[in-house]
Amino acid sequence: MFEFVMPPAFILIFGALLVALARPTLRPIIALLTPLVTLYAVWQVPDGVQMTATFLGYQIELVEGSALRRLFATVFAIMAFGGVLFAFRQSKWYELSAAMIYAAGAIGVSFAGDLITLFIFWELMALFSTVVVWCGGTESARAAGIRYAIIHLTGGLILKIGIEGLYVATGSLEIQALTLESFASWMVFIGVLINAAAPPISAWLADAYPESSPMGGVFLSAFTTKTSVLALILLFPGQPLLIWIGLFMIFYGIIFALLENDMRRILSYSIVNQVGFMVTAIGIGTELALNGAAAHAFSHIIYKALLFMSAGAVLYQTGVRKCSELGGLFRTMPLTCICGIIGALAISAFPFTSGFVSKSMISSAAGYEHLSTVWFLLIAASAGVFLHAGIKFPWFVFFQKDSGLRPPEAPWNMRVAMVLFAAACIVIGLFPNMLYNLLPYPVDYEPYTADHVVSQLQLLLFAGLAFFVLLPLMKRTETLSLDVDWLYRRAIPALAGKIDRALSAANTVFARGLAGFGNWFINSFKQGSYRYFSSRAPMGHTALWMAAVLALFLVMTLVI
Amino acid sequence: MTQTDQQPSNQQRQQAIRDGASHWLVQPKTIRLLWWISGVVLALTVIAQIWIHIHAYFTVDGWPGFYAGFGFLSCVAMVLFAKALGWVLKRPDNYYDRPTKLAPSVLENEPKEPRGHV
Repeated sequence: MFEFVMPPAFILIFGALLVALARPTLRPIIALLTPLVTLYAVWQVPDGVQMTATFLGYQIELVEGSALRRLFATVFAIMAFGGVLFAFRQSKWYELSAAMIYAAGAIGVSFAGDLITLFIFWELMALFSTVVVWCGGTESARAAGIRYAIIHLTGGLILKIGIEGLYVATGSLEIQALTLESFASWMVFIGVLINAAAPPISAWLADAYPESSPMGGVFLSAFTTKTSVLALILLFPGQPLLIWIGLFMIFYGIIFALLENDMRRILSYSIVNQVGFMVTAIGIGTELALNGAAAHAFSHIIYKALLFMSAGAVLYQTGVRKCSELGGLFRTMPLTCICGIIGALAISAFPFTSGFVSKSMISSAAGYEHLSTVWFLLIAASAGVFLHAGIKFPWFVFFQKDSGLRPPEAPWNMRVAMVLFAAACIVIGLFPNMLYNLLPYPVDYEPYTADHVVSQLQLLLFAGLAFFVLLPLMKRTETLSLDVDWLYRRAIPALAGKIDRALSAANTVFARGLAGFGNWFINSFKQGSYRYFSSRAPMGHTALWMAAVLALFLVMTLVI
Repeated sequence: MTQTDQQPSNQQRQQAIRDGASHWLVQPKTIRLLWWISGVVLALTVIAQIWIHIHAYFTVDGWPGFYAGFGFLSCVAMVLFAKALGWVLKRPDNYYDRPTKLAPSVLENEPKEPRGHV
């Protein structure tokens, strides 16, 4: 109908500005319609470079289409719609507006044809996701937002150094597969990985996301890490180092989620875990693996948003975030509970949910490549996902014990958003070809073979058994777990304080010493000067001074 | 819920739940039943391997019950590892709420307090 006219990201930015300026009654309509228009625009982008511009003297490619880019932009637009639907009656307008620009940044990165465009939208995401964190409105949200911004702006800076280095070395700003052989490509690699919550600084994610508002968390769960996955697919496909980084993220996520008490922090750790699966797949780098990474990003965004919605609904209704104080909510929030369970089953890759059809591509890719260690670790991790997110989250929030909380069901818009996303999880699970048709490479993969289903059920159900057998060991404690963020939240300030105190002590000693010496020196002149300069001074002294002055003259004539 | 002459209405039932009546899902009878059902389902998934040949990428993963055993054991391992790590890493959840010992500007305004473990 319409041809491609403007970058989809600009539509979303324009909508976000309209939301900010419109009168309150119009805001929900604009906020809900804009992502849908954007989604339509995403599908009008044909393959290849569509729009170029000149920016600071560089030719930049604002929009470049491909199947992979459209896939990511599609899910980002769907996510923006779902998030707005979940939030529009509860969020302040500035939270909605910021979240929409944040989504626009993600869509902009998806279609970025060159590294400069990618960088600009990358920074747009960093800025406006920080605003979304701040919309949590508490003192801890403010502090977490600043830490989040510092990490992401530093990451952006590293990325920028890399991009500049690449331009100087090659003269090209094209987004193409890079190898890790130059300093510049390492910088790009690190800059991108920081947004993926890769080690050693995965901690920013679980630090910032749980401090957002119940609605903000839904937006935050989706964009930053997944644009990073897209950038890795475009820039570093088949980079073997990514396999190990991904596996580390997978197990980091599981272990820290097992230790955690805050329900949205459990979900945050499980984002790191799930992104780890995608990063590992990118490291494997075969067509099946890259398809798997893209497909998993798509289904992950939907079920993770669903999980954050159900946690957000609970938080919104109860104001309680700790698992140790929750429990038994299935009585009065049955719909939220069911949607949460569907999300939890999908993240665990239960057959007939979206996670199953995407994640099994990744482990199969490892199997076909005969990467035995990787495959066994991925299988163990799949069991671990069911353990830390699939059962732990719904069990501790909705069942466990009767906490005495009897909150009413979530508001209608939250419920509608949850039902839509839960339905999406199941529909993708039942009709995987809907997703497979969007993937970058032709798919020759059948997820629903009898042996796949049986082996997955065995794996997951016995992981579930392990959960209930080990339940006494999982008793929630009112604790947090130290992470790398301890370094910059405690160790460095403490060290800085120590150094500061040591220096100020040294300063005191030095100042006292200097003053003492100065006093003595001046006094000795004031009171003792007769010894050297007065007429009563001995002849020898005068001769000595004369010699000194003459020597000075001599030196001066030699030098000057 | 006790059996009365009249079936309680849906509203009454929900009110009772709000008041703390025990939900059918948490009654010991139901929980026992659930354990039995899950036991049977667990057994079935393993027994199903008699009819369904699981394609093996390597060798061990073709063994009967491999996924069950591997899944269970790796979960136990992960839980125990997390537990052990918890000994080292866990702190009270107000750990970061306590003010940071920062520059002298903070220290000078603070009353002297006994130096403890940070």
